[in-house]
Amino acid sequence: MLSYVARRFFGAVPTLFIIVTVAFFLIRVAPGGPFDLERPLEAKVMENLNRIYQLDKPLWHQYLLYLESLLRGDLGPSFYFRDFSVSELFARGLPISIQLGCAALLLALLVGGLLGVIAALRQNRGTDVAVMATATFGITVPNFVVAPLLTLLFAIWLGWLPAGGWGDGALANKILPILTLALPQIAIIARLTRGSMIEMLRANHIRTARANGLPGYVVVGVHALRGALLPVVSYLGPAAAALLTGSVVIETIFGIPGVGRYFVQGALNRDYTLVMGTVIMIALFIIVFNLIVDLLYAVLDPRVRYD
Amino acid sequence: MLKTSLRTAVLAFSLAVAGGFAASAEVVYHRGNIADPETLDQHKTSTVYEANILRDLYEGLTAHNAKAEVVPGVAESWTVSDDGTVYTFKLREDAKWSNGDPVVAGDFVFSLRRIMTPETGAKYANILYPVKNAETINKGEALPETMGVKAIDDRTLEITLESPTPYFLELLTHQTGLPVHPASVTKHGKDFVRPENIVSNGAYILKEFVPNSHVKAAKNPNYHGAADVKIDTVFYYPTEDHSAALRRFQAGELHSNGDAPADQAKLMRETLGDKFRVAPYLGSYYYAVNMSKKPFDDLRVRRALSMAIDREYLAREIWSDGMVAGYSFVPPGTGNYNDPAFADYKDMSMIDREEEAAKLLAEAGFGPDKPLKLEIRYNTSDDHKRTAVAIADMWKPLGVEVSLLNTDTKTHYAHLRDKGDFDVARAGWIGDYSDPQTFLFMVESDNDGFNYANYNNPDYDTLMDEAAVEIDLDKRANLLKKAEELFMRDLPFIPLLYYGSRALVSDKLVGWEDNIQHIHPTRFMSIKE
Repeated sequence: MLSYVARRFFGAVPTLFIIVTVAFFLIRVAPGGPFDLERPLEAKVMENLNRIYQLDKPLWHQYLLYLESLLRGDLGPSFYFRDFSVSELFARGLPISIQLGCAALLLALLVGGLLGVIAALRQNRGTDVAVMATATFGITVPNFVVAPLLTLLFAIWLGWLPAGGWGDGALANKILPILTLALPQIAIIARLTRGSMIEMLRANHIRTARANGLPGYVVVGVHALRGALLPVVSYLGPAAAALLTGSVVIETIFGIPGVGRYFVQGALNRDYTLVMGTVIMIALFIIVFNLIVDLLYAVLDPRVRYD
Repeated sequence: MLKTSLRTAVLAFSLAVAGGFAASAEVVYHRGNIADPETLDQHKTSTVYEANILRDLYEGLTAHNAKAEVVPGVAESWTVSDDGTVYTFKLREDAKWSNGDPVVAGDFVFSLRRIMTPETGAKYANILYPVKNAETINKGEALPETMGVKAIDDRTLEITLESPTPYFLELLTHQTGLPVHPASVTKHGKDFVRPENIVSNGAYILKEFVPNSHVKAAKNPNYHGAADVKIDTVFYYPTEDHSAALRRFQAGELHSNGDAPADQAKLMRETLGDKFRVAPYLGSYYYAVNMSKKPFDDLRVRRALSMAIDREYLAREIWSDGMVAGYSFVPPGTGNYNDPAFADYKDMSMIDREEEAAKLLAEAGFGPDKPLKLEIRYNTSDDHKRTAVAIADMWKPLGVEVSLLNTDTKTHYAHLRDKGDFDVARAGWIGDYSDPQTFLFMVESDNDGFNYANYNNPDYDTLMDEAAVEIDLDKRANLLKKAEELFMRDLPFIPLLYYGSRALVSDKLVGWEDNIQHIHPTRFMSIKE
């Protein structure tokens, strides 16, 4: 098991290397640079800025310098947020994004899973139709529509919750962002659970379990659910990576200081180091979560072994 | 024993009550500031979002009041030499840094030298190029010590200019003119801007800067005018999403926001009344025409294109009256100027204009059977797109076939600056100070960065040069007006709209004055419950 994990991590190094390389050169293809303004800079000032940020060296040299600083664990200075380094920005933002992402994920898993199971047990009946209709609605309505509607309802008409801001992490400020993040996930998880649950309920080992006289909740809650969760788990890997690294829409609408905005902001501002940092962060999350998914498979499905 | 513990309890209780009262007495201003500052180092800044914060944290030699008029800042008085090139400032005796140090003339010498030193990497240093030798220093051709700034004594500062600059006192209000605390800069280097290190001389001190969340500033007790500062704490929020900011404003979480969603203007007028403010703004929205390319080198073509645009329609329908139809490049109300030079077809009816435009195009060899094909480039935004589509529609009857191309802002301006190929390109310019020069200098033939149109008219350049050395304000205004008349005749840029500033201002916020520069220093405001 441990050696499997170790192998996977070493296997990820070339992948990361390729991602870093491609991203490094790709962002440089975009026209304009981090210090381009509407009011153009004096040539000498531009030259100095380029020197300060080592942009005056040939591209391959910058690439080597960047790899070297990466090996030291240094993500470099941000070109846009000039009072901060990329690591500092992540150190502040990532815990917030992870917090919201985890909460949303947990909520989605509980509510989505429950709805999916209920729908499967009541297949083709009113409850099923209602759950699936809501789920389809949940998937199709984008979060930049849901978020404003939720704020209008809860913040402006009812006045129960704040319309935005982080409020130093107050619970009230987290509710709407978590809800907005979780809603589409609830819908997807409900659909996935329902589908595989229906299949699982017809499986041989379930029939055997029922024949053996096991109580219904044990059959459904233990034996069927365990197998039904496999597709959900494989969906959750990349979904979790995406949720935990923040959402640009949610963060912009609710004014949350997470890391989700940095990718888009960084790309638009030609903040090369910030874009690179974000790419590496997301890549790491995806690699780690894919590994977790594979390990969970072993737990859930007795047929899968890594030794 | 019981007595003491009882007494302690009573004391604790009364302290808690007192504490509660003190907390509720703290006046907090929640201010929507559109975007995060890139930096709080006044010498590296370039945006208005930074200006809004730095204006509260620091005080320059001169400052803006609530109406954006120039008033004394650290300098209590000044004299100007007869030829308009030497300014002698007398500094206030009670000007102090937040750590208690007095603000002395030497601090300004240090600061002005610092911003011009090329190693500082100051993006907006050219604002202060009127100061003697500033430009050569910034280009690395002279030493910072040669700059025209001198501390006669601790309270007397002398600044020498290259040529008389009637808007110099206004320039000093710009964030680039704000002083830094020399000892902190020397000690902390670029980290002097951190809340734990910063020493500032304005009405407020920086307490927190959390990117994507807020900047927090608290009242500076050492500020000479602290007795008149009514707001204790200011939060500046990067409210990039205007609609989200509107909702936060409606929910009472923001006292003001520096912008408002243009497409919801009608709704805001109905529901918010005069809390939704629109004021004329010192900016022009225009289309640059590439004069170095056929057929756009033909004046008749440019004039026809300009005449056929229904600017009132753009202002009303596309921008929901958040902008004003623009018939000159310099917006009306700009300082040191009278009425701008309006286009001669300003008062003609649209029908007559279209007729004449068609005639001009026909003379230039274009018409429905031989269409003029052109491409409008603009930076990606819904409003710019709708404007371009509307204009393409207005040009269509003339037999002009328009294609649209949009790129992100950085790409757009980099393309124009690097003299990339284009026909017609959107641009906008907000004046850095209230003076026609900040607009008209853009198309001087040697202005590589801004003269997107490649306009080259020696008469125009001569007028601008003459205006640059003219001391008499009326004569100068006339020279600049003549230059603008040439501009409006030749149309290197086709002016479309004057910017309007939109803002949301709560009834609770007192002292917010609409003004052409959209400048609103916190120290003149208060909050009523």
